[in-house]
Amino acid sequence: MGETIVQKLFRSRLGRAVKPGEIVVVDIDLAYAHDGTGPLAIDAFHELGSNRVHDPSRIRFVIDHASPSPNEGASNLQLKLRGFAKKNSIKIYEVGEGICHQVIPENESLKPGMFIVGADSHTVTLGAFSLFATGIGSTDFAEVMTSGKLWFKVPEAMRITLNGCFKPGVMSKDLILRIIGDVGADGATYMSTEFQGEGVRTLSMASRMTVCNMVVEMGAKNGVFPLDEETMKHVDTSSLKDKSVFKPDEDAEYAMNLSYRLDELEPLVAAPHNVDNVKPVKELEGLEVNQVFIGSCTNGREEDFEIAARILSKKGVKKGVRCIAIPASRRVFLNLLRNGIIDRLVSAGCTVTHSTCGPCLGVHFGILGSGEVAVSTSNRNFKGRMGNPESSIYLASPATAAASAAEGVITDPRKFTGGW
Amino acid sequence: MIIRGRVWVLGDHINTDVIIPAKYKFRTGDFKELAKHVFEDLDPTLASKISKGDIIIAGRNFGMGSSREHAPRVIKEAGISAIVACSFARIFFRNAINVGLPVIEVKEVNKSFKQGDVAMIDLEKGIVRNETTMIEMKFSPYPDFIMNVMKAGGLAAYRKTHL
Ligand code: SF4
Repeated sequence: MGETIVQKLFRSRLGRAVKPGEIVVVDIDLAYAHDGTGPLAIDAFHELGSNRVHDPSRIRFVIDHASPSPNEGASNLQLKLRGFAKKNSIKIYEVGEGICHQVIPENESLKPGMFIVGADSHTVTLGAFSLFATGIGSTDFAEVMTSGKLWFKVPEAMRITLNGCFKPGVMSKDLILRIIGDVGADGATYMSTEFQGEGVRTLSMASRMTVCNMVVEMGAKNGVFPLDEETMKHVDTSSLKDKSVFKPDEDAEYAMNLSYRLDELEPLVAAPHNVDNVKPVKELEGLEVNQVFIGSCTNGREEDFEIAARILSKKGVKKGVRCIAIPASRRVFLNLLRNGIIDRLVSAGCTVTHSTCGPCLGVHFGILGSGEVAVSTSNRNFKGRMGNPESSIYLASPATAAASAAEGVITDPRKFTGGW
Repeated sequence: MIIRGRVWVLGDHINTDVIIPAKYKFRTGDFKELAKHVFEDLDPTLASKISKGDIIIAGRNFGMGSSREHAPRVIKEAGISAIVACSFARIFFRNAINVGLPVIEVKEVNKSFKQGDVAMIDLEKGIVRNETTMIEMKFSPYPDFIMNVMKAGGLAAYRKTHL
């Protein structure tokens, strides 16, 4: 029986074939935690009785969640992270450098086939680079700091075949929302979601990251894209021997097969309070919006702000709407400054800030008032996610978010992108 | 290992943001303090009503969302002795075992319990019983390694006694 991509990734790491369901222990190439999960990982490290970090060169900390700190509690938790990092020679990305899932691929040398874990569920984002990446808890992170290894159950896999290319106004966010809406919030639980088909070629790395970022919203363990020319621009392949690892065998056994034509997709939103509550933007058009957030590890990259600026340049942010734009990293911020996009966003009426998770998780910046409605390009719309259980969050693409900011009501972005 | 307690019946897709809103974990690392806010966005009165030893019965996909290990730790700190759900989200399940909170998957378990019933769980035999109605359900017991982690009260405690 042939192998899925995830089986091949485990085989190339372990030097032997594996079957779904098998429990294996693997070496971890890189592990990162942030100010939300790192402090507890340090406690867990001490609870485990560990006193030496096995290999600090494979550990990273990122201060991105409550960044810069909004209160003294968070400040003290960050001090704890900095102190531990210093003592154990762990590299730390500081306030303003960016969101972990963006900063790590920008600054670390990623190699296809790596095994990366992060103390954050959206670590799955890195599967876009043809590697195995998954989120873990703080005790597991402490275990990786202690031994450099972690156990996994080899997952079953879901194959998602993509064909065609998006029409103007439709983005990869709409694709992943469509998939989550189809399979449900637990439809891919424990599975490796593997993207294939000629449609993959048309997706930029940023768009692939958006897709992988959200596979956890259907319960997946990881998401993985094949290795192609686009990937090669972003990874180090100098030591790569066997490229066939990143293609499944023809007779690979997939637990589920899905197939999408990208040209048939339309702009979508996930309505409150679950990510799988997916509806066409058309159905919700006209709903009044108080705040729009463009940013997060899901949609905080150059292409996301470029389309937002293009839409908002036609018609600025509607009076009375707050539109917050936050680049996912300092590098993205600088690129957007240099190519004039930030100028256009600010001129259009957006509030632009340094890189932080901020509004995405309701810790600071842009907390909603009771009864308020937000359109957000992030990945979760759970009750209270943006800091107030009495508010409503609609998840959408940057195009839909920008169009809604321009009109002050949920708006189909094709109204603006029609002639593109 | 036998666990017995009064049950709280919760729905499907209970996510980590309603288990413990993110804003609190950026204010303090004190779990006694955090436990006061458990399930706050689901039902603000629940935290004060939970007594030590109570059991949660839930629907599908319990613990979906963030990787925050605060979630099972806060539930345990609040006094919950076990969670029996139709299914669990992957990271939550793994975190719960690491922190020594028994999590058990039983299909359609939520259909056999009402708020306030008493449940009995036998981890070794793989039995959940509603002691109020005497309905009994089976599950496959944990493999030895996980059972030992549970008996020790979590991975950290297990490490101390087994290394
Ligand atoms: S942007 Fe939001 S989803 Fe992404 S890492 Fe930060 S808090 Fe998590």
